[in-house]
Amino acid sequence: MMKKEYAKAILEEIGKKFPDATVKIHAPRRTYIKVPPKEVFALAKFLFKDKGCRFSIATGIDTREGIEIIYHFTLDEAGTYYNIKTVIPKHELKIKSLTSFLPAANWIEREIHELLGVDFTGHPNLIPLLTAETWPSDLYPLRRDYADEHKSLKTKKKA
Amino acid sequence: MRRIVPIGPYHPLQEEPEFFKLIVEGEKVVDLEINIGYNHRGHEFISPTLTWDQVPFLVERICGICSDSHPYAYVLAVEDCAHIEVPPRAQYIRTIIGELERIHSHYLWVGLAGHFIGYNTVWMWVWRYREPLLDLFELIMGNRNHYAINKVGGARRDIKPEDYPKIEKYLDLLEEKNKMFTNAVLDDPVIRARLEGVGVLSLQDAIDYSVTGPTARGSGFATDVRKDDPYDAYDKVDWDEIVFPEGDVLAKAKVRLLECFESVKIVRQCLKNMPDGPIETRVDEIPPGEGIGRHEAPRGEVFHYVRSDGSNMPVRHKVRAPSFMNIASNVVAVKGYSIADAALVLAAVDPCYCCTERTMVFEKGTQKYSGQELLRLSWEKTEKIKRRYRK
Repeated sequence: MMKKEYAKAILEEIGKKFPDATVKIHAPRRTYIKVPPKEVFALAKFLFKDKGCRFSIATGIDTREGIEIIYHFTLDEAGTYYNIKTVIPKHELKIKSLTSFLPAANWIEREIHELLGVDFTGHPNLIPLLTAETWPSDLYPLRRDYADEHKSLKTKKKA
Repeated sequence: MRRIVPIGPYHPLQEEPEFFKLIVEGEKVVDLEINIGYNHRGHEFISPTLTWDQVPFLVERICGICSDSHPYAYVLAVEDCAHIEVPPRAQYIRTIIGELERIHSHYLWVGLAGHFIGYNTVWMWVWRYREPLLDLFELIMGNRNHYAINKVGGARRDIKPEDYPKIEKYLDLLEEKNKMFTNAVLDDPVIRARLEGVGVLSLQDAIDYSVTGPTARGSGFATDVRKDDPYDAYDKVDWDEIVFPEGDVLAKAKVRLLECFESVKIVRQCLKNMPDGPIETRVDEIPPGEGIGRHEAPRGEVFHYVRSDGSNMPVRHKVRAPSFMNIASNVVAVKGYSIADAALVLAAVDPCYCCTERTMVFEKGTQKYSGQELLRLSWEKTEKIKRRYRK
């Protein structure tokens, strides 16, 4: 199968298997798939185990709706990114950890946990990865409110 | 009886101070704990406080060795976000610098690997031929390091036509010397004995840990952004992806040495086919949206994600260096090998060697070995193998 067709076939399969998913094609090799948090695990497993995608990294973003997490999976044969997007509401910051089938997600889940305060259920060792040992456990530096509180820090150099 | 051998946490040379806790039984490594974060500088926090054009200077300073890779991936991300077309000449310039950087980074690794196994001649020689490349960078961009060649929508500096012969002259020298190194290193029975079958990372582990770059290609995991998701001039030149299936340190060394030939090939073709024209396009504003950029750095895939809200600064900028994935795979690669091999295996993914200088072996609370002695341990093993071959 041609590269492009293969990449397209995956999207069709996702559309059938995950009816809640909304697909947005930003560029020929950049695809964003938005799903509810409870479907992330199944979709990630489908991409990684069944389709042979490589896990690049996950990005956590503090947005108005909640904490948004984007899991970046890339299919090397086609050079295509499948980005699984999900928004976790702030009152219940929980999502199933991917570490059970994907050891590569171990560190990044720890990072998102300490920087944005998302709980990854089922993670074997959810201890801080980057911040110092003395860093308070309820202070999340990548949250919007943290940036607002530390505005002096933010605007210092723009005199 | 289990003991802990701490390696780290600080070392002066590289950008990623790590702290490895080797858990050993006698000589054998049975487990590994990795602590990172000693040099956490909060780039993802600072980046949204800078304008789109300032960020390349920030991310350039993430890493001193591959200081082209991060701004490269960043500008690709912004260009993806805003659908910016880059003029062909700028594409070729960026590709040339990216490839020259790969050569100098791989040479750094080969030299240090030579030093570590007790082949100081390899170290001196390799670095002897890395030096003119840094001079070449100074000639083209005014700096031996931190080149500032990438900007959103193009390249910041042009390569002057009168400099082409200087680059070509260096490539000729490098190709000849690289042939010599490759033969010298790969034909040496002692080096082979020292590197072969050590620190094997199986293909399945490579996939599970999603490693990238030479670490992955040395394990038979063919992932190379330049081939899979070609950007700039990479799909306009002819070159081969180097993959070896063994997964040991020797395979990773072979990948790096042979990749230098490919880089020479790419730079030569780029110089030959270099189009004329402008080196940048005017970028007025970055529309709201998101973009992903990735570049094959010497160590693997550098990943940048940016999100724009239409203002003059990014809202979110995610940075992932290849070592973030590669170092985590050490947990499986180092198990079952001796302490003398461990530091070599940990270094095979190309993090930093200087950490070994800080290694100490503690026994019941008192220091037993210093970092220098770990080097000595490694050198002794090489000597032992050498003696065996002399007989």
